[in-house]
Amino acid sequence: MAEDIFERVKKIVADRLDVDEADVKLESSFKEDLEADSLDVVELVMELEDEFDLEISDEDAEKILTVGDVVEYIKNHQ
Amino acid sequence: MTLSLEGKTFVVMGVANKRSIAWGIAKALHNAGARLIFTYLGERFRDGVQQLVDTLGNEEHFLLPCDVSSDEQIAACFNTIKEKVGIIHGVAHCIAFANKEDLEGEFVDTSRDGFLLAHNISAYSLTAVARAARPLMTEGGSILTLTYLGGERVVKNYNLMGVAKASLDASVKYLANDLGKDGIRVNAISAGPIRTLSAKGIADFNSVLKLIEERAPMRRSVTPEDVGHAAVFLMSDWATAITGETLHVDSGFNIIAI
Repeated sequence: MAEDIFERVKKIVADRLDVDEADVKLESSFKEDLEADSLDVVELVMELEDEFDLEISDEDAEKILTVGDVVEYIKNHQ
Repeated sequence: MTLSLEGKTFVVMGVANKRSIAWGIAKALHNAGARLIFTYLGERFRDGVQQLVDTLGNEEHFLLPCDVSSDEQIAACFNTIKEKVGIIHGVAHCIAFANKEDLEGEFVDTSRDGFLLAHNISAYSLTAVARAARPLMTEGGSILTLTYLGGERVVKNYNLMGVAKASLDASVKYLANDLGKDGIRVNAISAGPIRTLSAKGIADFNSVLKLIEERAPMRRSVTPEDVGHAAVFLMSDWATAITGETLHVDSGFNIIAI
């Protein structure tokens, strides 16, 4: 299940940030490793909300720094 | 008379991504047969907007950069448009900006710089664009902007952007009066909340959407396609005597008091 979530997240992140899927790791930081700007992060949050049919509050979105944070969040909120 | 925009050219300003209201308007204008010129803010947005425009499959559409905070860029943009197409029939101005910290907490805490920035990008840009577009609109036409209820009444967390929208709304009326003698109409669409990149900058936006779904007369939120249909109407010859108007495309929410 977690594996599957990671695969789906990886695909969205790679597509949205225009990076190779191989470079998207659990420990990858959006801003530092994947060079996302603040608009990228907001777009990403919206894509994830659509893909996993959930709502990420502003407060929670601010705490999401790495790909692993996203996977963890989705696991806990689905 | 059919509602067709064949043979007409429009400038669409403010597409950021597939969720943009500007994109909903662009698709509707495209489907009605119009040729479109897209302006984007800067390099960051170029590739994304190009990819979207490519999906329309009309090789006559093209893109130009235009940062509306720069008079030089606006002049350069409309000069290029004049060279490439000569005449345009309208502009969809879908641009606004405020610092995120000015869209939470209390409006009374708005800084001078934040206030000026929001008004510069969200309100003054319409006047600057209208002035640049006017000489290209020799057959008359329609200038359209996007406003929101938060400029008419207080909407929680909309704060500074509401005040900037009020300035925009007044600009629409004065521009309509100035440009009416040239056959140019100037109107605003007041769209209900739509889940766009900009809307995500409003604190607690998701709960606003829920409120609309519960309380608007139509019991549903609004889509970019809804706004696109209204935009086609305002751009078309079916709206030839409508100017200085704000058309609410909001599932009727603006009529509700308690």
